[in-house]
Amino acid sequence: MKRYLSVVWAVLWKDLRIELRSKDIFTSMAVFAVLAVMIFNFAFELRVPDKTVVIPGVLWVTITFSGVLGLGRAFISEKDRGSIAGLLLAPVDRSAIYFGKMLASLIFILVVEAFLLPLMVIFFNTNFISLPLILLLFLGTLGFAAVGTIFSGLAVNTRTREILLPVLLFPVMLPVLMAGIRATIGFMEGDALADMMKWFNLIIFFDILYIVVAYLTFDYVVEE
Amino acid sequence: MSLSRRLLQILNFVALIAMLIALYMALIQAPDAINVDPSIRPAQRIIYFHVPSAWSSMLAFFVAFVASILYLVTKHVRWDIWARSAAELGIAFTVAAIISGSLWAKPAWNTYWTWDPRLTTYTIVLLLYIAYFMLRGAIDEPSRRARLAAVYGIFAFLSVPLTFMSIRWWNTIHPVIVDAPENTSKFGLSPNMLTAFMVTNAAFVILFVTLLANRISLGWAEERMDALKERLNF
Amino acid sequence: MTTPLIEVVHLRKAFGRHRVLKGIDMSIEAGSSVVMFGPNGAGKTTFLRILSTLSKPTSGTVRVSGVDIKNNPEGIRQYLGLVSHAPLLYDDLTAYENLRFYARLYDLDAPHDRIRELLERVGLWHRRHDLVRTFSRGMVQRMAIARALLHNPPILLLDEPDTGLDPQAAEMMTDLLREIGGSERTIIMTTHHLERGLELADRVVMLVGGLIVFDAPASDIAYDQLRPLYDQYVGEGAVT
Repeated sequence: MKRYLSVVWAVLWKDLRIELRSKDIFTSMAVFAVLAVMIFNFAFELRVPDKTVVIPGVLWVTITFSGVLGLGRAFISEKDRGSIAGLLLAPVDRSAIYFGKMLASLIFILVVEAFLLPLMVIFFNTNFISLPLILLLFLGTLGFAAVGTIFSGLAVNTRTREILLPVLLFPVMLPVLMAGIRATIGFMEGDALADMMKWFNLIIFFDILYIVVAYLTFDYVVEE
Repeated sequence: MSLSRRLLQILNFVALIAMLIALYMALIQAPDAINVDPSIRPAQRIIYFHVPSAWSSMLAFFVAFVASILYLVTKHVRWDIWARSAAELGIAFTVAAIISGSLWAKPAWNTYWTWDPRLTTYTIVLLLYIAYFMLRGAIDEPSRRARLAAVYGIFAFLSVPLTFMSIRWWNTIHPVIVDAPENTSKFGLSPNMLTAFMVTNAAFVILFVTLLANRISLGWAEERMDALKERLNF
Repeated sequence: MTTPLIEVVHLRKAFGRHRVLKGIDMSIEAGSSVVMFGPNGAGKTTFLRILSTLSKPTSGTVRVSGVDIKNNPEGIRQYLGLVSHAPLLYDDLTAYENLRFYARLYDLDAPHDRIRELLERVGLWHRRHDLVRTFSRGMVQRMAIARALLHNPPILLLDEPDTGLDPQAAEMMTDLLREIGGSERTIIMTTHHLERGLELADRVVMLVGGLIVFDAPASDIAYDQLRPLYDQYVGEGAVT
């Protein structure tokens, strides 16, 4: 178990270290997120009576689209430089590599969210941030990173690669997206927390289910 | 003629008979639905096509799901053929269900499209399995294709109930334009109609099994053809 | 007779219908150095990838110390070091960070001392804080060897470690390999360079079309006999 955690930590540390140095993934995700929010802002400016009603949709769609950019990179550098073999040689169950990669992607997306939320507060001139919303975002992002990381491993083995990832990922992610948007609307309209519970439960169920399935299937994704 | 070939022909014949009976039950034996507007009573009979198609598609995706798991466990090419055959039929039945649903929606609710939970879920399911075949199409090496498609097949199938739940909960919070269209499958089916309904469902399951058996036998033929091409450096 | 360290029995590997290995039988004693020659596409890389558990055989078994590798791949990986075509290093990490990363993967106890020992041995300790992307091909390859030896594996697999190196760097590599080979470590190496391979090995194997066509102790082969032998078994001009 100590060895397993050591590998999870090694992979996570390695991805973070490289990202801190190159900032490739974060920069592209953050720039994309800003652009998306601005475009949404213009798109809704004239036709929507109150811009704040579109905040939940803009928030989740922007996170999903910029997140898929970062997830696409999770395995591409490993594959192109062949370094994935170095990971696979580690004397532990390969799911440890999955968890390391998944946590790294999770952190990248969470950092983008930490940057996106205040930006949207300024752009839409509404403070919609609350503690339950942050918890909701974390849970939704966890499921997103869990499925996105393993699908990134699938997509990297195909001819079409990054083009394929959103096609594979979005239909599976739909429940999280729906639950996330719906619960965010609830928070903004001040609905009782009890009414929001089923959305939280849906996302938590999604997270647990897919982390378990990814744990069971990751070995098949990376074997030859 | 081999035994399996002979069995396949018997199955084909049984499916033909079953579908003829289903047609008779749906169009002649079943009485008009008296609780809907007279002008749409003929259209109501689409239920005998629409619901069995939808059920058959779910059965097909379930077979694809189980075959995907079996492929990962055994690595036997048989289960890859099963998985892709069943997923293909699932897409066909899904398209049939969506189109027939729209055809019913137009006279009944004066729109081809409603954001009804089932209709929306089926559309997402269609996208899931189109993605499944896009994944297959983007991988050249057969064993890798089978392995990765099997992983995706498992993820895709598990998301179906979650998608359905999320869309249904979404709609019950906001008022829907058309009230509870999912009740079409239940509303006031008289005993006679229920018989027709059950018979058509059974007939579609037989049709699905027959098509699956044919598609699997075609899948084996494809495998042999690839082997021949390989040998001849074609 | 003792059990050989590595036993390969009827090993076959196919990618789809493309058969790469068509039935390899081989046993390798502990402490020996085996060199494999063969044209491109003969299956050398696939063979080493299967030994290193990166690839799974279609049929047949590989046993290390009597244990089937498919029963305990995690355990076997502890005893393997691999130097492949790709250096398996990260350009955006320094030499030290790369080895620190691999030390974590292998959960080493005193990583700093071990990393220092290896970097000094391959002559890169003074460059430890430089990014790997600034290294020459020869330096990267020496780093790759340091990386493969980090957990002191009793079995070292080398897949064309000299490819793409200039003659001077290749010479340095050869010296390094001779030095680390020692008597305890078992080495299996592929190369296109016949003379260098013969010099480092005590056993010569030729692999053609997924089958072993030649297998003899290196001491039986005179230096100037090797090329004619290779041409005879593998085909003329298959190698530079």
